[in-house]
Amino acid sequence: MDLTRFAEEVGDETFGPVTIEGMATRGGGSLDVRTVRAPSGVSDVQADEMTVRCGAGTPVHELLEALAPHRQTVAIPATGTVGGALACADSDIRRLGYGPVRDTVLQVRAITAAGRIVKAGGPTVKNVSGFDVCRLLVGSRGTLALMADVILRTRPLPAHAQWFVTDEDPVNVLARLYRPSSVLWDGSTTYALLEGHADDVAQQGRGMRPSDAPQVPDGGMMSLPVQRCLDRTLLPSGRFLVEVGVGTVRCDHPIGARPMAPGVSALNERLKREFDPTGRLNP
Amino acid sequence: MVREALVADLRAATAPDRVRDAPTELGLYRRDASSIENDAAVVVFPLTTSEVQACVRLAAKHGVPFVARGSGTGLAGGAVPPDDAVVIVLTKMNRVLSIDASNRRAWVEPGVLNLDLTREATAHGLHFAPDPSSQQSCSVGGNVANNSGGPHCLADGVTAAHIVALEVVLPDGTVVELGGDDPDPPGFDLRGAFVGSEGMLGIATRICVRLTQNPPGVRTMLLDFGSVDAGARTVGAIIAAGMVPAAMEMMDQLCLQAVEQFIHAGLPVDSAAALLVEVVGLPASLEQQVADVERIGRAHGARTIRVAADEAERMLLWKGRKNAFGAVARIKPNYYLHDTVVPRRALADVLAAVYEIVERHDLLVLNVFHAGDGNLHPLIVFDKSEPGVLDRVHAAGDEIVRVSVAAGGVLSGEHGIGREKRDLMPLMFTDDDLAMQAALRRAFDPDLRANPDKVLPSPATCAEVRRVGLPEGAWI
Repeated sequence: MDLTRFAEEVGDETFGPVTIEGMATRGGGSLDVRTVRAPSGVSDVQADEMTVRCGAGTPVHELLEALAPHRQTVAIPATGTVGGALACADSDIRRLGYGPVRDTVLQVRAITAAGRIVKAGGPTVKNVSGFDVCRLLVGSRGTLALMADVILRTRPLPAHAQWFVTDEDPVNVLARLYRPSSVLWDGSTTYALLEGHADDVAQQGRGMRPSDAPQVPDGGMMSLPVQRCLDRTLLPSGRFLVEVGVGTVRCDHPIGARPMAPGVSALNERLKREFDPTGRLNP
Repeated sequence: MVREALVADLRAATAPDRVRDAPTELGLYRRDASSIENDAAVVVFPLTTSEVQACVRLAAKHGVPFVARGSGTGLAGGAVPPDDAVVIVLTKMNRVLSIDASNRRAWVEPGVLNLDLTREATAHGLHFAPDPSSQQSCSVGGNVANNSGGPHCLADGVTAAHIVALEVVLPDGTVVELGGDDPDPPGFDLRGAFVGSEGMLGIATRICVRLTQNPPGVRTMLLDFGSVDAGARTVGAIIAAGMVPAAMEMMDQLCLQAVEQFIHAGLPVDSAAALLVEVVGLPASLEQQVADVERIGRAHGARTIRVAADEAERMLLWKGRKNAFGAVARIKPNYYLHDTVVPRRALADVLAAVYEIVERHDLLVLNVFHAGDGNLHPLIVFDKSEPGVLDRVHAAGDEIVRVSVAAGGVLSGEHGIGREKRDLMPLMFTDDDLAMQAALRRAFDPDLRANPDKVLPSPATCAEVRRVGLPEGAWI
């Protein structure tokens, strides 16, 4: 994928501030700032490598459709664009089993504040060559560099998948099951997603009731210490779903930003100054 | 003398007997398990985060660099002291601080040995997934610095996927917690950026790791093939069939022969290659995976397929794999171990190129590697007493790295860049790419005091580091 045009569009300091937007499912770019869109399209499905390359502007559903014939998927929530999910570090509800979204990223090509095309990471499923700038870019909300295209790790689609519900304590459910893909708790009911061989799923699911996937509140998210994520005094009002064993709480209203510790905040500021000295990226 | 004042300050900040500067003791810290060495100025053994902090601040006060060191099993020269450096050895900070079995987490100090952590977690039915072959002696802090892998990282991911939070002493002496007990701490993913930074962003003094459930069932299989190519194609076919075995390791003929002499396990020594495949899971999945591997193996010309009958046989097969490097001493007294990754589809071609390169340089190579993720480990064996042999070993190694990168691969899969491959970074990265990595480093370490001569090539960094003979003992 030729990124020259996208790099020119992002431009350098003389072009002033620039923001990036995908499908605006996660709030979109900054207001009143020139907006660019990352390239879109799945360019290279490597099923036997379990990798896929796509533009950051690719809708996630398009990526999933391209992988489905190979019976593969990626651990990214199925809304908005790939770049949007990565920029916001928006992990899937199956994070317990699939890992956080940042672990799916093998290589990122991005445009810097100076309008240069840069690459972080590498194309193979294993790589420790140099610093892990990919992980720094995931979750950086387009403030360090604008992601243009990515190589992602894919995973096989499970042979069988089934949600179950139970009134059992979520801590017990988590302890009892072997590698569930998700264990959720809404304050009274525990939901578990089991994936794998149908016989194993049936066996593990004994004592629980098969069910449809739970409705996931999408108004906001909290990130709680995993050991305290079932503590009612910390949980939000209204409807919520706790990702047990993870600490993410999905709720029906926005949750305010949390402060950073001073040392961490200073590091964040220094990184921003190093990567984007004039503060032009997604202000 | 600057050094005498530094030593006195370090002794005052820690304890007199935990700061060493006698030549014989400094000699022990000249190198890691690579073939690179340099003089250490002083070696200090802190016991606490605040002692580490004091050491780092004293290095700054005296205008010298520092390098953190765990067990010294690294293979890329990452822990080789920069000129005039304070070597901060973390082996005495070796406590498992807490294990939270329900949430599958543990807080540990950096000097805890990888296998000791797994041993402590066993009581809870858990383990620490990264399992480098050096796991009996490498430290968790070293695993963090190198983003270490191991055979079982095929399914479970390398160290980065298992680190939740880090308490870090930054190069200016500030103590910060990167990451956290919660899944998405505010701000940039500094925990993610720190893992694999080879001691150049600070020193981890407490580490929160994710522990992994032990599998309810395990099956280990050995498949052998008449050609390396058939074995390599089997690896690709297994992955393409939608399976991710827990581990998938390949040994070539010379390696099989060396290992067999060592373990007497009835390995197929007349075969060109063997694949060690381990699958884990619940009963139905386990049987399905064994059947699938057998079917795919036979379709690709597997000569025999041996399924370990019991735990003893399984352990024997793994003993062969994990001790392959001890076994090579029967062929030649010395070896140089490489580490590159190539796309799985390029495995057979790159292996053919490796054999050709090594033969052209009149050397011998054994291959024992993480085939499942395309992570090659060509092991060049030689006798250092042969005049000129080291030049040939290094020349062959350099060619192997270049061939791997040209095939769409990367410089290192798990050993890291360190000093060994620092000057090869431009094979993979442009000046702009490297400038971005340097920007990350400057944000953490504006004075470039933490392990300054590693990873990033720089015309300004041409410290006199000598490449000497060979590793005393090394693992992958």
